[in-house]
Amino acid sequence: MSKKKFSLTAFLCRFYVYILLLIMYAPIILLIVYSFTDTKIIGNWNGFTFRLYESLFHDSEIMQAFKNTFAVAISSAIVSTLLGTLGAIGIFYSKRKAKAVMEGISNIPVMNAEIVTALSLTILFVSIGAAFNFTTLLIGHVVLTIPFVVLSVRPKLMQMDPNIYEAALDLGATPKKALWSVIVPEILPGVFSGFILSITLSLDDYIITAFTRNTAYQTLSTYVYGVTSKRGTLPPSLRALTTVITLIALAILIIVNIKSGEKENK
Amino acid sequence: MRKNKSIFSRKFLAVPYAVFMILFVVIPLMLIIAYAFTDESGRITLDNFRAFFSGGHNINTLMFSIFIGFLNTAICLVLGYPAAFILAKKEFGFGTATVLLFVMPMWINFVLRTAATRDLLFAIGISGGEYPYLATMIGMVYNYLPFVILPLYTTMTKMDKSLIEASYDLGANKVQTFFKTILPMTMPGVISAATMVFMPTMSSYVISDVMGERKISLIGNSIQLYFDQGLWHIGSLVALIMLAIIAIGSFCADSEPQENARGGLW
Repeated sequence: MSKKKFSLTAFLCRFYVYILLLIMYAPIILLIVYSFTDTKIIGNWNGFTFRLYESLFHDSEIMQAFKNTFAVAISSAIVSTLLGTLGAIGIFYSKRKAKAVMEGISNIPVMNAEIVTALSLTILFVSIGAAFNFTTLLIGHVVLTIPFVVLSVRPKLMQMDPNIYEAALDLGATPKKALWSVIVPEILPGVFSGFILSITLSLDDYIITAFTRNTAYQTLSTYVYGVTSKRGTLPPSLRALTTVITLIALAILIIVNIKSGEKENK
Repeated sequence: MRKNKSIFSRKFLAVPYAVFMILFVVIPLMLIIAYAFTDESGRITLDNFRAFFSGGHNINTLMFSIFIGFLNTAICLVLGYPAAFILAKKEFGFGTATVLLFVMPMWINFVLRTAATRDLLFAIGISGGEYPYLATMIGMVYNYLPFVILPLYTTMTKMDKSLIEASYDLGANKVQTFFKTILPMTMPGVISAATMVFMPTMSSYVISDVMGERKISLIGNSIQLYFDQGLWHIGSLVALIMLAIIAIGSFCADSEPQENARGGLW
């Protein structure tokens, strides 16, 4: 009796998770389904066609926005990962007071509302008379992502055996060599997750982009925001775009899953 | 002697990071404070305060934003807590892959995702034009639920299960065990989830714009509006008020942003 009751609870629990996932994915699924018909309004099925995909790949504005989005994401992730990793190592070996101050500053962009960060950067650029261009946008995205690199690398530094660096020095390695061949390999997983996280946050961002970009420079989020606030519903070709992005994300998810499965098996 | 030299060199790796953070995080925040207390001619004044607090419109917006922030945090926690709990319990057979499924919408651009949610709601008859509040709240929950599930899941997997068993052994029933053992143990996750949701909810203007068809104004909308009109000084004042709220919030939560908050899965 009690066993049967338990399995009902288990069923309900699983059901809850699946229902939640279904609701979460409903908008995306709807767009994917309707990306294969060229109706203007979702709800009217116009027959199966790939025409939206054709128009997507021929839409130079969207394609440019797509490229721009990745250009910002990858370049800001590289800068953040380099500066942030060095920063995390440096902070880790700083004296207590300097460490506390630097960690406090690192937390500011994480805790802060994105719009406050965006406004503060804009005011800085305006007050020094800088022109808004790719550099200002890049700086905005680095500010957004760099604390997360530091936060990803720090736990790896703490887990590291402090003696191996000393051992490398005792064995005659220069500090630079010891850093490169001892510390860096130890923290590499943290560096990698910081990099991926930076790309994720940058791809997803709208507010910082909107404030720090040159208005002629469209990323996907500014483009979508522009067209959706003008017209009622999403332009049809963006449904095809959603499908493409979802497929990319799904592919990454599967790869990450296989990779982590391999790691666990080892 | 050698040891001192090596520590010296490692510490200085943080210099580029520190310079970057001072230039683009600390100085911009100081500028916000300076701008909030000055007028166009650079004179120190409290006029911005008077302009902001007169008429009551801005105060209403602020109060309403705080209310929406709390409401969304509460809904996300109520929906997300059981989900995270079920995901973390081994007997239900959900793994990291399912958790990643909850997070994956984050890889589809935030604006695109929100517009997709709006199209879905439109298709089922909840248009933002007719039901701006309902549509906005649904959009908020859609967007922030993953931010709740992730930190909660991470805390729950680290939970000490023997304490729960001990609670049952000592005669506590399920409700008592939940409130006396499980909830206190998962409190760090709850706090970190709440900080990931509350501030972004009240400060983001994108969801309220897209979902509520510009019928709803949150405090983020005010900043954006002042930004569009080039009213830097009063915009800075609003940003300063938000900074104060963040400071109070983080003082109450008394917790650092956790590494697991956004990227614990990689």
